[in-house]
Amino acid sequence: MSWIKNPFKRDTRKNPAGPLDYYRKLWLRLAVIGTLFFLYAPIVNLIAFSFNDSRRNIVWRGFTLKYYEKAWANDSLMVAFGNSLTIALITTVFAVILGALSAYVMWRFKFPFRAVYEGGMALPIVIPEICMGVAMMVFFARVGWPTDLPYPLNLSAITIAHIAFSFPFAAIVIRARLETFNTELSESAQDLGASELQVFRNIIIPHMKPGLIAGALLSFTLSLDDFVITFFTSGPNTLTFPVKIYSMVRFSVTPEVNAASTVLIGLTLILTALALKLQNRDKELPIV
Amino acid sequence: MDSWRQHRSAFWAAFTAPTFWLVVFFLIPLSLLWLFSFGEKEGITGINITWTLKQYARALDPLYLGIFAKSLWMAFLTTLICLIIAFPVAIAIVFAPPKARLWLLLLIILPFWTNLLIRTYALIAVLRTRGQVNFGLEWMWEHANSFLTLVGLGSYNLLGADFEPLGMLYNNSAVLIGLVYVHLPFMVLPLYAALDRLDRSYMEASFDLGAGHIRTFRSIIIPLALPGIASGIVITFIPAMGSYLTPDLLGGTDSQMIANVIERQFKSANDWPFGAALSFILMYVTFFGLALRAVLSKREKMGGKAA
Repeated sequence: MSWIKNPFKRDTRKNPAGPLDYYRKLWLRLAVIGTLFFLYAPIVNLIAFSFNDSRRNIVWRGFTLKYYEKAWANDSLMVAFGNSLTIALITTVFAVILGALSAYVMWRFKFPFRAVYEGGMALPIVIPEICMGVAMMVFFARVGWPTDLPYPLNLSAITIAHIAFSFPFAAIVIRARLETFNTELSESAQDLGASELQVFRNIIIPHMKPGLIAGALLSFTLSLDDFVITFFTSGPNTLTFPVKIYSMVRFSVTPEVNAASTVLIGLTLILTALALKLQNRDKELPIV
Repeated sequence: MDSWRQHRSAFWAAFTAPTFWLVVFFLIPLSLLWLFSFGEKEGITGINITWTLKQYARALDPLYLGIFAKSLWMAFLTTLICLIIAFPVAIAIVFAPPKARLWLLLLIILPFWTNLLIRTYALIAVLRTRGQVNFGLEWMWEHANSFLTLVGLGSYNLLGADFEPLGMLYNNSAVLIGLVYVHLPFMVLPLYAALDRLDRSYMEASFDLGAGHIRTFRSIIIPLALPGIASGIVITFIPAMGSYLTPDLLGGTDSQMIANVIERQFKSANDWPFGAALSFILMYVTFFGLALRAVLSKREKMGGKAA
């Protein structure tokens, strides 16, 4: 990282502000603080009022966990939460495997129409969510995908769609990790008689591991956070967390929604912290 | 990089599964949608693909053109406001000490990881008639009023007889606030990346030669950061234009954007061919933006080589 050897770094406590010390300019600091306030005040407000002992959700009336109990006792909310976690877990497994394979292909091989292939892999990332959502909806309706399957197969359409949009993201993260691989390692392994599969299993996969974990966390969060594509692929009988929250939000602002949202934010925060910890262990890994 | 021909089995072993998934569960659905955009509705569920351009022609109807114009306008305003907010933030982050810089970047990125629906809901709670913003305004109103009473002006009702809560939700400005709220990180990150690459000796030279901050900003920072600015504009504009949830939850009846119209064609209006045509128009606009970005970044790289 370039800033480590930043020649302009000064000990700000001793030296007066130089012309390039924009960080120490008051109005720029105010801009940063204002922006962070704008970004975080609504979220902090949402979290705080999930603990508020009042339905009105506006004046602080004391700490309570009763809305968490209510959310916990809300069966359809819990079913929706369980469904979303199931979808996210299955998506993660598939997205990491498919992402790793496609990252490996794009990293290692020269083949005809490689640029087209890479473009195709980037397509799910760049097209508007709404377009992908309606395309998946049309597809599942046209192939007559059954909607009355037992759990967990009733989630198959959503899960398939989630895998389709999250594995290219996982592929990007994993490929970035592969770029740091020293090919002499695999060459020497092959010189020593290792087969293609052995090289992949014993050398490349261990090297990919931080990328695989980061890719897994990314796909899990992407799946858990998605609303639009889930909205279009969920059948009449499948309830997922964002869709359930959506229908609750349409009616009114209630502390149960705050409580349920806080749980999801907490889960995301834990995953992000994990990802960052892994990133610190392995500096080259991009998370976003 | 190896040629696939020399390692056929390894190539196919890795190539097959992801390609299968991409083709079957992404490209085929998209192609189906594309086919439908050239079709006509037949009965309630039937769609007859007649290779007609009727659906695209319908999108040129003033009503839909107006919605497209509105989406473009909202995306433009969102991008502009994001640019104005993000520029000072990006400058402050670039010149922050390394440790603070990491934390600030993390804080800017973190909302990305939070569910979009939850963030929109959080905004609703703050902006609604009985929400925190109005609450704060009422508090200020009361204090201002008691101050006026204190100085003997209370009987004139200078601030109105009662506090009127602002109707901040379910209108275009709510949608705009929501879009800026959601897309701000999209603008900060590329600006940060561009400013971080910027050679600071140019700025020092500018100061040494007697230029002020504004002059340096206008003549040095903006021209050198232009590719990053362009990139930020494109990656803010594209998702903002295709937003579905924000106008749906925060907007009123007249705040519909193109994604809401598409959703209606597939759900309540049940007119798939027309919805498909609208989706593809949106996609073509997106591709145009991405192509523009690719051209700009290529030019940047070539400029870098020349310099």
